[in-house]
Amino acid sequence: MSWQVHLPALVVSVPLLGAFISIAMVKPRLRNLWFATILVATTILAFLMWRYVAINGTLVYVMGGERWNLTLPSGMTLPIRIIMEVDAFGAFMALAGSIATLASGLFSVRFLDRVNDGNKFVALFFLLFAGMLGLEVTGDFFNFFVFLEIASVASFGLIAFWRDRPEAIEASFKYAVLSTFVALIFLIGVGILYGVYGTLNMAAIAKNMQVGFLEKLALVLFIVSLAMKSGAVPLHMWEPDAYGQAPAGVSCFLVVVGQASLYGMFRIAFSVYGQAFEGNVLAWVIIVLGLLSMFIGVIMAVIQKEAKRLMAYHCISQTGYMLMGIGLGLLALSSSQAMSEYGFTAMKGGIFHIINNAMYKGLLFLTAGSLFYATGTTNLNKLGGLARKMPYTTFMFAVAAAAIAGLPPFNGFVSKLLIYESSFVVHPFLAVVAMVTSILTLASFVKVFQSGFLGPSRDDLNNVREVPLSMVVGMMVLCVMIISLSMMPNWVLANLIEPAARDLVNQASYIQAVMGSGL
Amino acid sequence: MINNIPMLTVGALFVIGLYGVLFKRNIIKIAIAVSIIESSTNLFLIVLGYRTGGSIPVYTLAGEFKKMVLPTPQALTLTAIVIGLATTALLLTLIMLLYKHYGTLDVHEIRRLRG
Repeated sequence: MSWQVHLPALVVSVPLLGAFISIAMVKPRLRNLWFATILVATTILAFLMWRYVAINGTLVYVMGGERWNLTLPSGMTLPIRIIMEVDAFGAFMALAGSIATLASGLFSVRFLDRVNDGNKFVALFFLLFAGMLGLEVTGDFFNFFVFLEIASVASFGLIAFWRDRPEAIEASFKYAVLSTFVALIFLIGVGILYGVYGTLNMAAIAKNMQVGFLEKLALVLFIVSLAMKSGAVPLHMWEPDAYGQAPAGVSCFLVVVGQASLYGMFRIAFSVYGQAFEGNVLAWVIIVLGLLSMFIGVIMAVIQKEAKRLMAYHCISQTGYMLMGIGLGLLALSSSQAMSEYGFTAMKGGIFHIINNAMYKGLLFLTAGSLFYATGTTNLNKLGGLARKMPYTTFMFAVAAAAIAGLPPFNGFVSKLLIYESSFVVHPFLAVVAMVTSILTLASFVKVFQSGFLGPSRDDLNNVREVPLSMVVGMMVLCVMIISLSMMPNWVLANLIEPAARDLVNQASYIQAVMGSGL
Repeated sequence: MINNIPMLTVGALFVIGLYGVLFKRNIIKIAIAVSIIESSTNLFLIVLGYRTGGSIPVYTLAGEFKKMVLPTPQALTLTAIVIGLATTALLLTLIMLLYKHYGTLDVHEIRRLRG
């Protein structure tokens, strides 16, 4: 047994260890070193886990035991113990999430010099990291709830990190009330499923799933809570506040944490309910959520004057693309003809969009952060003519804006094209909304670029200088990722996206990896 | 009927909490309402695992009983209580800071973020 089977436990425990030790770091330099080391180490672990899963198939890890099951004297077998299950989709999410986290961490290193309690920042950052990765590797409903709460509690702290700013506290409070409430709703859903099936393991529940009233009720509770956590439209109010007020590195990180909740939603929809859920209601609910998020998000973004708030609204509209892509896949789940006709393409588009969004949205938040670092404001009316003074930031912003708007050579174009193609087959209206959203996205980023970076230089910004090296490096990580995703879309689709989409669709293999053929 | 009383209590607590979160203007009352919802969730989990006439779920003390109360929901509840403690503490901290900044506890006056 190679050490690599322990990877699912390691990706969670290494950042957790990092969190608790970083509080005790006395010297800032030592702490920065520790911060960078643990970040890089966790990212490497996530990469190794992805590779292991790509080669050996779904990885099941049982905490503190060799086997998951317990056979009672009466002959009944029960799945007990804490089980982690990583298939290609989970591993892919963990990889995308940790690359974006690495970038936001490197970006934040210099930011820590400006604050007194950097240790606490590092501790919360790693807690959030552990929570996010935990969401993506767990195979058990209750642990999903626990990791959801670990991530939430850490993010309340990080959003309110500028505690001298009333707005930051206000944003954090809003998020805290909403998020605690929906997490409890999620727990009630878990309780209902436990009451019916007597187990908490996702695969075991999926195996016995027979959709009745209670299961539908639980599903509604799950979808409501995870849609809120990922910032889909009817419950999106917290998102612009929280992303707009958090430190920039944290906003970049929160994007991927939101995607981890999205992962949970898809995992529950495909792997736990899957084909047992008859009818198209669930798929259409997800698609309509996607449409609303896309359109309302972008409309609200166009009228914003504050760069980070604008980007946060775009985040909502990008979430809409993922919801729509994967919702279309869910629509096609019961018929293999529909699946080959449009479903699989849509899933590939949706999943590709997840990694694309993590990269370019993260990069946009980081450029907004460096604008703030250099000039002290992100209000577009107070910026202008920064292209000459901050050439690197300008370049990165241009790349990220082109990618998010879906201009042809960039990765955003590839994933959006897949979504347009497949949604057109289902109904042209879906494709039209997606395209209009894309055009409005372009419009609003042209506005930001024009008013922030172009134009004559302003007198009050004469002393502005480019941001320090480590911040540029942080942005560079994401920029290189965007460019390589754009240069090699075929390789990425074949090696990263397709295995993930295939594993997500294949409910039987998810169940079998844990339950075996027995029981 | 008498057997359903725990479940009815869960429902009642949840509705009271929901009412508080949605309609109360004082943010401390909102935090209390969140805690009430939390209690209803915990009670729900405990009720799920209860078996009438069951013994305690400790192997060495179980004795000759045929039925046992389910241990898993109790473990879940313990964890949920600890998590609830953390979130309540954070909520109250945030309320304290909000009061320092805004000088009020009224939700209608704490709204600089909009649009």
